[in-house]
Amino acid sequence: MSNIPSELKYTSSHEWARLEDDGTVTVGITDHAQNLLGDVVFAELPEVDAEIEGGGEAGVVESVKAASDIYAPISGTITAVNESLLDNPALINSDPYGEGWMFKLQPHDEDDLEELLDAETYTDQVASEEH
Amino acid sequence: MPFIPHTQADIEKMLAEIGVNSINDLFAEIPANLRTGSLQKIPAGVTEMELTREMQTRAAQNDQGLCFIGAGAYEHHIPAAVWDIVSRGEFMTAYTPYQAEASQGTLQLIYEYQSMIAALTGMDASNASLYDGASAVAEAVLMAVRSNRHAKSRRILVPATLNPFYRQTIDAVVRTQAIELIELPYSEKGGNTLLEAVEKYNGQDIAAIIIPQPNFFGVLEEVDALTDWAKARNIFVIAVVNPTTLALLKEPGAWGKSGADVVCGEGQPLGVPLASGGPYFGFLACKKEYVRQMPGRIVGRTIDLEGKPGFALTLQAREQHIRRSKATSNICTNQGLLVTAATIYMSILGPDGLRRVAAASHANTRALVEKLTSIKGVELAFNRLFFHEVVLRFNKPVHEVLAQLNKAGIQGGFALTDDYPQLGQALLVCATETKNEKDLELYKEQLQKILK
Repeated sequence: MSNIPSELKYTSSHEWARLEDDGTVTVGITDHAQNLLGDVVFAELPEVDAEIEGGGEAGVVESVKAASDIYAPISGTITAVNESLLDNPALINSDPYGEGWMFKLQPHDEDDLEELLDAETYTDQVASEEH
Repeated sequence: MPFIPHTQADIEKMLAEIGVNSINDLFAEIPANLRTGSLQKIPAGVTEMELTREMQTRAAQNDQGLCFIGAGAYEHHIPAAVWDIVSRGEFMTAYTPYQAEASQGTLQLIYEYQSMIAALTGMDASNASLYDGASAVAEAVLMAVRSNRHAKSRRILVPATLNPFYRQTIDAVVRTQAIELIELPYSEKGGNTLLEAVEKYNGQDIAAIIIPQPNFFGVLEEVDALTDWAKARNIFVIAVVNPTTLALLKEPGAWGKSGADVVCGEGQPLGVPLASGGPYFGFLACKKEYVRQMPGRIVGRTIDLEGKPGFALTLQAREQHIRRSKATSNICTNQGLLVTAATIYMSILGPDGLRRVAAASHANTRALVEKLTSIKGVELAFNRLFFHEVVLRFNKPVHEVLAQLNKAGIQGGFALTDDYPQLGQALLVCATETKNEKDLELYKEQLQKILK
């Protein structure tokens, strides 16, 4: 069973989002997503300062068997990317909600987070995919 | 993998199974006006004997003559061993390996090819080849737009000294992809791209610049200065080079302070005979940081579970069978047979042999220029250094001159009147190592007669 922390927000395309104290939102891919992908060998991250629409492409995660686009959960400006993934993309596998984070964005509108899935709804989605 | 045509009985059984009366019924949804009907211009079949006779008759009409045409494809001596080895069934009949890792021999050959191209160009990685030089340059442009994250624009500086056929191909490939091609003028005196021409774009958002070396006129460009200008502005540098010349000229990886980013060009000079329209092959190599943006196939060396060395297709997530519409390119193949020839050619010649081919070609071209420009009515169009190709200007219509040379068995060069009308009656002439003193003298004598 995948680890789905209850305090995070989720997308149906398997990204997670966490509102930080400084008002930025940290984004990564879920434990379920990294499990499906298998060993991640490369992560392409967005440019800092890039403006990204909610649902827009923000990067790519490449594993030994697939390449998947990563989408921005909500609209915002990229404020930081996780440079350590460039040398060690396997962090996405080992710690998807921690050291495997992908980028931070400054939301255009914090309320957009409310539109995302909560842990319970995402858990249901994952469960229905597994059947 | 046996390929067995279906018998009439097979066909009927299959049609009965799916409940269709005839094969034609399967195409019923294609409107009648879109169908070709019968192929009326295709004659009935002939026997092998008749066909052989016909082809021999036509082959006898070929007049090889003495070829002084370059313009992107070059006549070089190809050691007999090259195509003798390439013609072995293991190479000749093998198609792109679909069960790649079961074809270790093919993969190893491609790996050796990639290593040689990387060494020749001074790059970190090479792909397994592309269709030809022109498509390789077009792919390099697309790669530059994907790779250059500093540039927000999709504007590419393309010197007018780049092969006009390549410029047409780039335009055809990128026209619909919102990429803007900006033509850089050349110096009337030198036939090269001046730094002043690029400095006009200081402060503008440019994604990439193409730098040909030697350029289409055979002239050497100021590659160091152009590369440094571009790299200081985060402009991606695409080097378009002739592989033979790299034996003597500085490899693009060493251009300027940081080198070119991607190097591409036509591989034909490496053991591929001249043929109208090819097949030739394109090569493309790049710095390591851009390999994930590289089109085409890449072979890597690895070890298996028992620790034994072996070869595998690598970085396949770039390719369309995995990336689908997001693939770096729709090219998932390579020019296997021609790459085989090039690899054998390079290994037979070695660095020293290739250096001698390049030096002899340069020397022959210099000797030819000296002879021809001693004739009244012939002058060198540009005053800069050239490699093994040069632009001459005549005081007579160049097409007339070529027609008369042709009668004397000399293919005198490539007329520039269509692509560069501003150059006047200009001819692009090339003399490779295949020409001897007698050939050069014959050209001079004939030209003298014609221009008298």
